[in-house]
Amino acid sequence: MADLNVNIGGLSLKNPVMTASGTFGYGLEYADFVDLSQIGGIIVKGTTLEPRQGNPYPRMAETPHGMLNCVGLQNKGVDYFCEHIYPTIKDIDTNMIVNVSGSSPESYAECAAHVDALDKIPAIELNISCPNVKQGGMAFGVTAQGAAQVVKAVRKAYNKTLIVKLSPNVTDICEIARAVEAEGADSVSLINTLMGMSIDAERRRRTLSIGTGGLSGPAVKPVALRMVYQVARAVKIPVIGLGGISNATDALEFLLAGASAIQIGTMNFVDPAVTVKVAQGINEYLDRHGFKSVDDIVGIVD
Amino acid sequence: MKKYILDLRVVSNEHPRAGYALLKLTNPDGPMPEIAPGQFVQLAVSDSPSTMLRRPISVHHVDYDSNQLWLLIHMIGEGTNKLGNLRPGDTVNTIVPLGKGFSLASGSVAKPLLVGGGVGIAPLLYFGAKLKEQGVEPTFLLGARSKDDLMQLDEFEKVGRVFLTTEDGSVGEKGFVTQHSIWNQETFTSVHCCGPKPMMVAVAKVAKGKGVECEVSLENMMACGLGACLCCVEDTQQGNVCVCKEGPVFNINELKWLI
Ligand SMILES: Cc1cc2nc3c(=O)[nH]c(=O)nc-3n(C[C@H](O)[C@H](O)[C@H](O)COP(=O)(O)OP(=O)(O)OC[C@H]3O[C@@H](n4cnc5c(N)ncnc54)[C@H](O)[C@@H]3O)c2cc1C
Ligand SMILES: Cc1cc2nc3c(=O)[nH]c(=O)nc-3n(C[C@H](O)[C@H](O)[C@H](O)COP(=O)(O)O)c2cc1C
Ligand code: FES
Repeated sequence: MADLNVNIGGLSLKNPVMTASGTFGYGLEYADFVDLSQIGGIIVKGTTLEPRQGNPYPRMAETPHGMLNCVGLQNKGVDYFCEHIYPTIKDIDTNMIVNVSGSSPESYAECAAHVDALDKIPAIELNISCPNVKQGGMAFGVTAQGAAQVVKAVRKAYNKTLIVKLSPNVTDICEIARAVEAEGADSVSLINTLMGMSIDAERRRRTLSIGTGGLSGPAVKPVALRMVYQVARAVKIPVIGLGGISNATDALEFLLAGASAIQIGTMNFVDPAVTVKVAQGINEYLDRHGFKSVDDIVGIVD
Repeated sequence: MKKYILDLRVVSNEHPRAGYALLKLTNPDGPMPEIAPGQFVQLAVSDSPSTMLRRPISVHHVDYDSNQLWLLIHMIGEGTNKLGNLRPGDTVNTIVPLGKGFSLASGSVAKPLLVGGGVGIAPLLYFGAKLKEQGVEPTFLLGARSKDDLMQLDEFEKVGRVFLTTEDGSVGEKGFVTQHSIWNQETFTSVHCCGPKPMMVAVAKVAKGKGVECEVSLENMMACGLGACLCCVEDTQQGNVCVCKEGPVFNINELKWLI
């Protein structure tokens, strides 16, 4: 058995497989199907300072090998999370990580500060890249300056591991990655969803309530892989790769490209037990090729 | 209720009428899990680029004696067509059971009316059978365009009284379910409805007018079916809630329908 343990900016994961925000609820929704303690980390739903109702229905459309969503960060706010949800998830034996969103650097920082006070949340993932909210969200993630501004504010308010999730809807993702690294991010995760659209030809109307949505699932994998490869070479901090991962081979491609860990999102809908299967598959691969640890293969493809 | 991912095996797959499939599945690896009436399953449709996500389908009936789960499927797109063409012996990967179902009326005064239209009749059979098991006789009111559009009538008749409406009057009373004379002839203690949304809205109006509790079963588009992705929300008195987890069955008082 190879050593599956990986370290992400001070955060130790028992294996490199995590779940992507917005696709795995708070973990509990999947407890009938997977032993949650066998997952390296669970990134919970996007959380904001104030409660948000999200966008109107319809919020999803299936597309070839993928899906579009415009959920729009529906959540009950960070106070509700701390009081009502945190107590139900704090004893899950894995890294429970909160995905934090906001509409201004101050609201990001304040939300992060609330989460900082929670003992059993060892890290946050800053979502500066959600394409489905009008204000803030991706607006920060699409310029190096905006991204830096948010990370700077949050870094002051948050002391544990800070992961920053990057948007692929930019001209040069490496520039953004370098900007957040410079402001003290411990790690970057990528990619969030790609902006897309779908039209219902029969009914001659937009399929999603707000017209556009974020594309995820296997369809985005080659784009995500390319970006992970580039960013891993642009920054020194560990990179978490995601986008379309559906099996161990996909996950290994991201590790070989330079990701120190990976996340699985949309494919949890297809196979709720996919995470543990991917972790097992990575282990088998390492054994079969005689590698002693995950770290031995990270970024070895040039 | 504990949820399972099972490889169910197709026992039979008949087409009671063109475009509809009655899919009977069995669990080769053990008993059929406990399922409440009104709950649904998520079926994987094997390899096709446009059916990556599972398809939600209501539980039509469960026969624990023969270890069978019945589904009634309207074949309207690629996924439902593939499911409708499965052959005996084929395997369907199924997540079961999901959601919250109908409230089981109980007690000697209970007199529930189960109203269905189109493929919406599906969950009512199992619901009716469960009511009967508890000593409550269900009354079914099923609507269709024409005589040939009605399905599974013999099964419904085994479980309770059946009243019909057809738009062309070819069987039962002519018109819509809301126009049937039974509404005025008898008094029901609750109404439970599944069908196209305009029909459910009309039934909800009638029930509300009579001051009778009414439940409806929604069919919002779903991705996970587990309450994790927040794609399937309905705008309710409590804000946006997941139909897959808090529903698909809702009391009409919880909804914001204009009735
Ligand atoms: C809780 C629940 C229970 C259901 N129970 C049943 C059932 O017992 N029997 C049955 O036949 N169907 C049922 N449905 C509807 C069924 O899930 C859809 O018809 C199916 O997913 C369509 O898949 P497809 O690949 O065939 O069609 P697609 O190619 O995906 O779509 C074909 C057309 O159907 C529409 N459509 C897709 N999904 C839905 C949906 N969820 N509701 C309404 N229209 C949709 C699309 O907009 C499109 O116009 C249920 C849905 C839900 C949410
Ligand atoms: C329904 C849905 C909701 C999502 N919600 C969030 C969110 O709240 N915050 C976030 O950072 N990413 C969110 N994402 C993006 C995913 O975390 C992930 O970055 C993206 O889906 C790509 O990975 P995948 O192809 O494995 O799904 C969401 C994705 C989906 C499909
Ligand atoms: S379908 Fe994912 S929350 Fe209902």
